[in-house]
Amino acid sequence: MSTNILSVGALESEAIYILREVVAQFEKPVLLFSGGKDSITLVRLAQKAFYPAKIPFPLLHIDTGHNFPETIEFRDRLVKELGLELIVRNVQDNIDAGKVKEETGKYSSRNILQTETLLDTIAEFGFDACIGGARRDEEKARAKERIFSVRDDFGQWDEKNQRPELFDMLNGRIDLGQNVRVFPISNWTELDVWIYIQKEAIEIPSIYFAHKRETFVRDGFIWSANDEVVYRDEDELIEERTVRFRTVGDMSCTAAVISDASNIDKVVEEIRASKISERGARIDDKRSEAAMEKRKQQGYF
Amino acid sequence: MNVLKLATAGSVDDGKSTLIGRILYDTNSLTEDKLQAIEEKSQQRGFDYLDFSLATDGLVAEREQGITIDVAHIYFSTPKTSFIIADTPGHIEYTRNMVTGASNSQASIILVDARNGVVEQTYRHFFINNLLQVKEVVVAVNKMDLVDYSEEKFNQVKGEIKYLAEKSDYKIQRITFIPISALHGDNVVNSSSNIDWYSGPSILEYLEGLNLEEKENYAQARFPVQSVIRPKTDEFHDYRGYAGKLYGGNFAVGDRVTVLPSAIESTIKSINFFDQEFNEVKSGSSFTLTLEDDVNVSRGDMIVKSGEIPHMTKQLEATICWMDKSPLKASDKYYIKHGVNDAQVKIISLDNIINTDFSGRDENPSKLSINEIGKVQLKLSKPLLVDRYKENKSNGAFILIDPKTNNTSGVGFIN
Repeated sequence: MSTNILSVGALESEAIYILREVVAQFEKPVLLFSGGKDSITLVRLAQKAFYPAKIPFPLLHIDTGHNFPETIEFRDRLVKELGLELIVRNVQDNIDAGKVKEETGKYSSRNILQTETLLDTIAEFGFDACIGGARRDEEKARAKERIFSVRDDFGQWDEKNQRPELFDMLNGRIDLGQNVRVFPISNWTELDVWIYIQKEAIEIPSIYFAHKRETFVRDGFIWSANDEVVYRDEDELIEERTVRFRTVGDMSCTAAVISDASNIDKVVEEIRASKISERGARIDDKRSEAAMEKRKQQGYF
Repeated sequence: MNVLKLATAGSVDDGKSTLIGRILYDTNSLTEDKLQAIEEKSQQRGFDYLDFSLATDGLVAEREQGITIDVAHIYFSTPKTSFIIADTPGHIEYTRNMVTGASNSQASIILVDARNGVVEQTYRHFFINNLLQVKEVVVAVNKMDLVDYSEEKFNQVKGEIKYLAEKSDYKIQRITFIPISALHGDNVVNSSSNIDWYSGPSILEYLEGLNLEEKENYAQARFPVQSVIRPKTDEFHDYRGYAGKLYGGNFAVGDRVTVLPSAIESTIKSINFFDQEFNEVKSGSSFTLTLEDDVNVSRGDMIVKSGEIPHMTKQLEATICWMDKSPLKASDKYYIKHGVNDAQVKIISLDNIINTDFSGRDENPSKLSINEIGKVQLKLSKPLLVDRYKENKSNGAFILIDPKTNNTSGVGFIN
């Protein structure tokens, strides 16, 4: 036995408390898993919350079909190693069925199309709580969101009429058809997540670390060139660069950053010194000043 | 790293957004892309200054109206401390959001415009900080540049707040006065050369100097059981762990404990966190514990040290801050959530409404409307294990939920 005195950090303690409340208050929770660092951190926190029992909810991946192959490979390995249940639903199926229309052209992205597939999947399984890795420091509309964020049966967020959240008391009462989006790491910053990954030695997909990649530059962003899902004009030149990804989303809207941070210690150092925010590399947020708020009103995660 | 949660409050145009922007700017917490966005938007709107509220007012409706409607959470850190600021609205109609922000904060900053001095909204901000027993309050007297950095003006505000503080019931609150100019950065992060008569800390120096170790550490340990962990695997076939978060005090292996409400005694066998075991655990930590005896424990039960038993009661007297458009009236029924425990509750009587300007109370009102604060008597459908709010904040507060709408309609503080 260790002789140490346990003193769980405030952020970790809060996240674990929230995860336990979800399982206690809801019938059918699910963890929205993208294969990115934030949802991987959530998986570790869930392990801790319920250990030595298994994580008592499945993972759900809404697959845009435009994921980095490294992320999918990582996802499948993690699920196998931890013996988790994984549900995958494909945006492509909705496109094929004519339910959503794919964007075309230079700035086309499947990011927004995920919403429809997510809402369908919530209805298909009857999920009443969807746990996600969103953080309030990411974006100014997210900074307004509650930890238990109620969505109506259209998946809509009513940002002007949110339930007050007081002390540690989380009100999970909802009507049939509604669901709650739950954000256990709301109060973590990007740096907090990286420091946690470092401290816990959590494995993450290789694209987070510096590697050589065929890329091209558009609008000051560095894009992956070998992936046919990323639109490229013929005059946009391909060059090999040493890059890494700071955030991992749909390939069509996630840009790389020049970096030689090849391990977690260097990544933490780099983030500490960075003068650009994480979302600075997400083109979908730049569509308008209220891009995120509008997407969330429509049921986006 | 230490995390300090802090709330800001101020009336409209007292310069709250400017203050937060200034803190972020002077601590180099604004990234280039965010700063660029603020510059562009400020220009587009024809401002000849940087409008930092564009960084904190995240909703379209807020930017349209130029006011803060809901709490925004803002993060920054210095080498010593990580800060979480709950930026709460100043408007009277958003009092509930102010309470929301303050409920999770260890310190508060109340902004006062040096030109106007203490106004009605200041009473309200101050009152709420008193009600919630926020221990550390900074009164930032802003816009000192517009009153020629006058010490007299500053002392006037100080006197008015001290006069208010004398009327409050919460006496151990520490109030610190700092003269600032958020626009020019005087005494926000850096000390000011414009205010030579002031020798105290800047706001950031003050916050960094707070003793975070002392926390809200109450003598009596309260461990509400969130869930029972029963893996039933080969390896952990007989494992029965009680998961939760400890509020106050500490627990150690070998401690004699009482499980409530059954009042059965046992001894702490192990304290587990993930795959490790510990001898002792501090307040504020989430963990799992096991007991020596096979006791029937379920969610909502509370494990406490034997001899440190909370009140078990079906009657409560509480001060309520009402947050719902539909008012509270005597004989109404709600759900009560107290920690992780739920019950039904009936309002027996509404005794009074408390004026937030400390001018007294209205006796025997017919209803408690949104943003009002009053004293009520409640009857519960089952006994709850409670402390007075002043003895244990987490175990002395509750929320009321409207069964018709599921809304969180009010927050109560047990007297």
